[in-house]
Amino acid sequence: MVEEESLRVVRCGGSELNFRRAVFSADSKYVFCVSGDFIKVYSTATEECVHILQGHRNLVTGIQLNPKNHLQLYSCSFDGMIKLWDYTDGILIKTFIVGCKLHALFTLDCAEDSVFVTINKEKPDVFQLVSVKLPKSSSQEVEAKELSFVLDYINQSPKCIAFGNEGEYVAAVRDFYLSVYFFKKKTTSRFTLSSSRNKKHAKNNFTCVACHPKEDCIATGHRDGKIRLWRNFDDEKKYTYTCLHWHHDLVMDLAFSVTEGSSLLSGGRESVLVEWREAAEKNKEFLPRLGATIEHISVSPAGDLFCTSHSDNKMIIIHRNLEASAVIQGLVKDRNIFTGLMIDPRTKALVLNGKPGHLQFYSLQSDKQLYNLDIIQQEYISDYGLIQIELTKAAFGCYGNWLATVEQRQEKETELELQMKLWTYNKKTQGFVLNTKVNMPHEDHITALCFCNAEKSENPTLVTTSKDGHFKVWILTDDSDIYKKAVGWTCDFVGSYHKYQATNCCFSEDGSLLAVSFEEIVTIWDSETWELKCTFCQRAGKIRHLCFGRLTCSKYLLGATENGILCCWNLLSCALEWSAKLNVRVMEPDPNSENIAAISQSSMGSDLFVFRPSEPRPLYIQKNISREEVQWGVFVPRDVPESFTSEAYQWLNRSQFYFLTKSQSLLTFSMQSPEEKLTPTSKQLLAEETLPTTPFYFILGKHRQQQQDDKLNEALENELVQLPLTENIPAISELLHTPAHVLPSASFLCSMFVNSLLLSKETKSAEEIPDDVSMEEEKESVDSDEENNFTEEVQDTNNTDLGKDIIHQLSKSEEKELRKFRKVDYSWITAP
Amino acid sequence: MAGYKPVAIQAYPVLGEKITQDTLYWNNYKTPVQIKEFGAVSKVDFSLQPPYNYAVTASSRIHIYGRYSQEPIKTFSRFKDTAYCATFRQDGKLLVAGSEDGGIQLFDISGRAPLRQFEGHTKAVHTVDFTADKYHVVSGADDYTVKLWDIPNSKEILTFKEHSDYVRCGCASKLNPDLFVTGSYDHTVKMFDARTNQSVISVEHGQPVESVLLFPSGGLLVSAGGRYIKVWDMLKGGQLLVSLKNHHKTVTCLCLSSSGQRLLSGSLDRKVKVYSTSSYKVVHSFDYAASILSLALAHEDETIVVGMTNGILSVKHRKSEAKKDSLPRRRRPAYRTFIKGKNYMKQQDDILINRPSKKHLELYDRDLKNFRISKALDRVLEPSCAIKTPEITVSIIKELNRRGVLANALAGRDEKEISRVLNFLIRNLSQPRFAPVLINAAEIIIDIYLPVIGQSPVVDKKFLLLQGLVEKEIDYQRELLETLGMMDMLFATMTSKESPSLLQHNASDGFLENKKIES
Repeated sequence: MVEEESLRVVRCGGSELNFRRAVFSADSKYVFCVSGDFIKVYSTATEECVHILQGHRNLVTGIQLNPKNHLQLYSCSFDGMIKLWDYTDGILIKTFIVGCKLHALFTLDCAEDSVFVTINKEKPDVFQLVSVKLPKSSSQEVEAKELSFVLDYINQSPKCIAFGNEGEYVAAVRDFYLSVYFFKKKTTSRFTLSSSRNKKHAKNNFTCVACHPKEDCIATGHRDGKIRLWRNFDDEKKYTYTCLHWHHDLVMDLAFSVTEGSSLLSGGRESVLVEWREAAEKNKEFLPRLGATIEHISVSPAGDLFCTSHSDNKMIIIHRNLEASAVIQGLVKDRNIFTGLMIDPRTKALVLNGKPGHLQFYSLQSDKQLYNLDIIQQEYISDYGLIQIELTKAAFGCYGNWLATVEQRQEKETELELQMKLWTYNKKTQGFVLNTKVNMPHEDHITALCFCNAEKSENPTLVTTSKDGHFKVWILTDDSDIYKKAVGWTCDFVGSYHKYQATNCCFSEDGSLLAVSFEEIVTIWDSETWELKCTFCQRAGKIRHLCFGRLTCSKYLLGATENGILCCWNLLSCALEWSAKLNVRVMEPDPNSENIAAISQSSMGSDLFVFRPSEPRPLYIQKNISREEVQWGVFVPRDVPESFTSEAYQWLNRSQFYFLTKSQSLLTFSMQSPEEKLTPTSKQLLAEETLPTTPFYFILGKHRQQQQDDKLNEALENELVQLPLTENIPAISELLHTPAHVLPSASFLCSMFVNSLLLSKETKSAEEIPDDVSMEEEKESVDSDEENNFTEEVQDTNNTDLGKDIIHQLSKSEEKELRKFRKVDYSWITAP
Repeated sequence: MAGYKPVAIQAYPVLGEKITQDTLYWNNYKTPVQIKEFGAVSKVDFSLQPPYNYAVTASSRIHIYGRYSQEPIKTFSRFKDTAYCATFRQDGKLLVAGSEDGGIQLFDISGRAPLRQFEGHTKAVHTVDFTADKYHVVSGADDYTVKLWDIPNSKEILTFKEHSDYVRCGCASKLNPDLFVTGSYDHTVKMFDARTNQSVISVEHGQPVESVLLFPSGGLLVSAGGRYIKVWDMLKGGQLLVSLKNHHKTVTCLCLSSSGQRLLSGSLDRKVKVYSTSSYKVVHSFDYAASILSLALAHEDETIVVGMTNGILSVKHRKSEAKKDSLPRRRRPAYRTFIKGKNYMKQQDDILINRPSKKHLELYDRDLKNFRISKALDRVLEPSCAIKTPEITVSIIKELNRRGVLANALAGRDEKEISRVLNFLIRNLSQPRFAPVLINAAEIIIDIYLPVIGQSPVVDKKFLLLQGLVEKEIDYQRELLETLGMMDMLFATMTSKESPSLLQHNASDGFLENKKIES
């Protein structure tokens, strides 16, 4: 844990869940989806991620159930490998190496030992569907080189290929063509729609295809929103098609569901799931307002569940009667991030733009979206080309008690709609409630807003700066009269400086000073009297970032300009302390230390510099953290401080640094892989799915017995979640061994039972003994004894003897690791 | 999934008076009935007994009016000089009044000649009142004395000579027959006890006292004099509780509402103000045509009677509760449908699931939900909505614009429908809060209907009207800008830091917008 590895940039916040269609397991208990280099297994009932299947070295592009064994899953990836997994245990069974980039994967019941994949051979835009024979072999890695060609000139997307009627034919669409290949006849028929020359049929392009699993029927979706149902296509002359038209924008995906009569599901940008019963125009059902464009639709093999994948990185599990039953939501990424990254002081969740008009609260620890806060509160109309109201700015204040948001909509140059909303945290409902709405707080765009977060400030204060050349100070005032009690925000002060545009604002740590930058000039204001105290001007371009130093460096003010100069002013002497040439894109102060992280942009990529305002030499430099431009960054305070001893990494002890690139991937610095970061509690929850997991099950259940091979891990877990050792507590053993009819009433036993579960002081002290690292040599034997005791206690078995036996069989390496674990620095416990 | 979100109706701050439950209560009176008296109305007093007649003292006459009569039902005019302070006894059978010549007369309501005459004051008697035991009368006069009279044998019982100036107001306690309060032009208010021969509490008001009032409990005393109203805590020995200065001329009369929760004061500044007696904040105020001398409230605040210096008596009656169900009621389901399942006893294993509450959507929201955009626009352009709540209409137009379908909704209208839209524009275009949205709508209308202009005289007339309106607005803005320029010049000469920049932005923006529409 303390071992110093090199610091790596690690992707976090998950990858997109909506890249490909989700796949259901045969019993509809699980749903699989590709997510970057991994495959995620979710439970359809609890929305919880059960397993992450990792092993591919590039983007996973397709998954399918093994038709011969429904407990196995095939996956293919850009790294040219097809892998077979056991998804119930999350084990990789086999790897087939194909060798070229695989774009999509299909399996077929009747095609034995072979799967179908899409590859592109010569030209970059020409794709082929080939079948790959998977050789039977007992070894883990097998080469599968036997490719046989099926269809040429097809679309890259797996939505454009479908196998129909139990594998009799395969249909593929591209541009204006529908090609059908019959496996038995080994012939290809091609149907063409009137092309784009004709203006009426300009949007005739095929977008997706689906085949009826039992009948000879092909459904195709088109760009103009039509769905065509093709029949009799085995005859190139006599084929017929019928049109279904409801969508007014392109059809994104189609799927057939064939239980109790067939129905066709379609979805598109309208974010409405349409079910066409019996494939008839008048028999349709809708599930509207799904939130975002439907990208993919999939149906479970049993036909009882549907799953829609949406452009906002979300999957919705929908019951057959069109009732949404579960929502699996990842980090919403499909939109521009205007608000930047923030940390909610209450939940420690990452807050940024989410769904249109929403703020998303995203837990970094559990890689899961906590909730969406609806800011704009208007019906979302998902027409292409509409100018939407954008949530442009947000800030938290007063330890999460207040949230300020700014939304704007600009249709033409002169027509700007601007609204500022202030939300208060309601303890009763545990959510934010709208308190004040300010229409047109400024005449022009708001460029920055910040709260005064000083501890002593008795009155919440907010400052907004705008392009109209003013900054406004808003304070919370008492708005109550004899009828009701109320508080509201009003403008307290309007400041300006020679009609320059105000670009940034920042409060000092103690809240006594306010710095506002007006283009090239920084002005310092007294927050008591709102008097202009002094100005700094470096004539080095407009100020892009502004921040005060913290703690011991609170006398410094830092400013980064557009011309690539980083300046540090001393507020005591009112003079420039130092300046450096650095093209700063992101500058973020660490709330727990004096450190400031700056990310600079050069032609090579983005570089990270960590420094203290008191000296111009950086503490830490990491070159080339990302090839793209970094847009936002934030320091997240750690729950449990790390203890990097190396000087270079000490800046990561108290906080972790997250940053967001232009393509909206959330990255951080870490020495661990993302799998290791999963907290033990969440692992424990994943432990077993088959049995109902009640709290009692965790305390008294049998599952610990079964996991003895994983004992070390277990010990760690128990240490962290601090579950007490039930077996050694006399009260509980007495309770369990006394016949039920002689026991006193349950209410009498309850308090005793609960008390017995509390941690006793002895275990605490046992934990604290190994604090002293210097004594480790002499105490080694004692230590190991203690360790044995400790692990034994953790063993929650009915048979303690068995537990002991196993401990004595600890291998050397395991023992070593145990000892290492004991040497972990626990000094943070005593730290205030 | 999330349900339909209704259109956010932009709420604008209500200018002027805030609407509270007090303003609603005190505005719920009919237009006043004006009755002309012979002189300034110095006193109005309601009988406490039904039918709640009231006595009006003006000049040398006392008129008794019925609650809803405009003519006096009885008149006492046997005064040689000006009469003062006609007051009913608690049982409403006797009436006492002072007069300029120093005499006090006691009348039976049913009779005409005075029952008793109390002689003893040497100067004008401005205040008389019955004590709580109904058998005594308290009087205060300009000869600086306060006297207590016995009714049965019409004798003077006690005389207090503690005031050093005219005694102009007084009030007897409603609970204790021996306690009464008088206020004098010597700036003091004194509380007398008939059992002790002298004042028990004396408080300094600071101005000549024009009116005093004891709360029904007797614990609080209100005195009015000069511009001040002061409230005294009598149980604490006359400690000043609060001093109110809300009128800008002398306060002449005080009155409590029937609930005791509100205090009313009338003043020479022609205003009646209503105070909350818990917070002593003004919750409402009435305006009258002339300076107010007297004020009275009927039982249950049913009537407000105000007497003024010009001899006008203003009588306001409370509006009767509006009868709502004038429309024929729709047939409702039978009673048994409502009690169905009500007597079902919950079993132990049952889980109670409440029916999800149905969200009520406005009609225009229902149309918008189903994308019936023209219908939604028609609905908010109905005169009932467009005139009463133009902000809803504007919000819907804004929402349609946001959805990008405003042009579709405005297109394809016949003469009648388009003139309705134009009417709305003409009425609201010049309002700054609606202007940005409506100017956009007007542009779209002009674009759509330009080819067919000249086909309908009605619509053409409206267009011309709109054009005139816009031209007028442009002239107006130009003038404003000129004024602003002048003001800027003035401000520039001064060192004052305050700049009218905000105003300037508003004006110039409006100007630009108007220019655009003209082109």
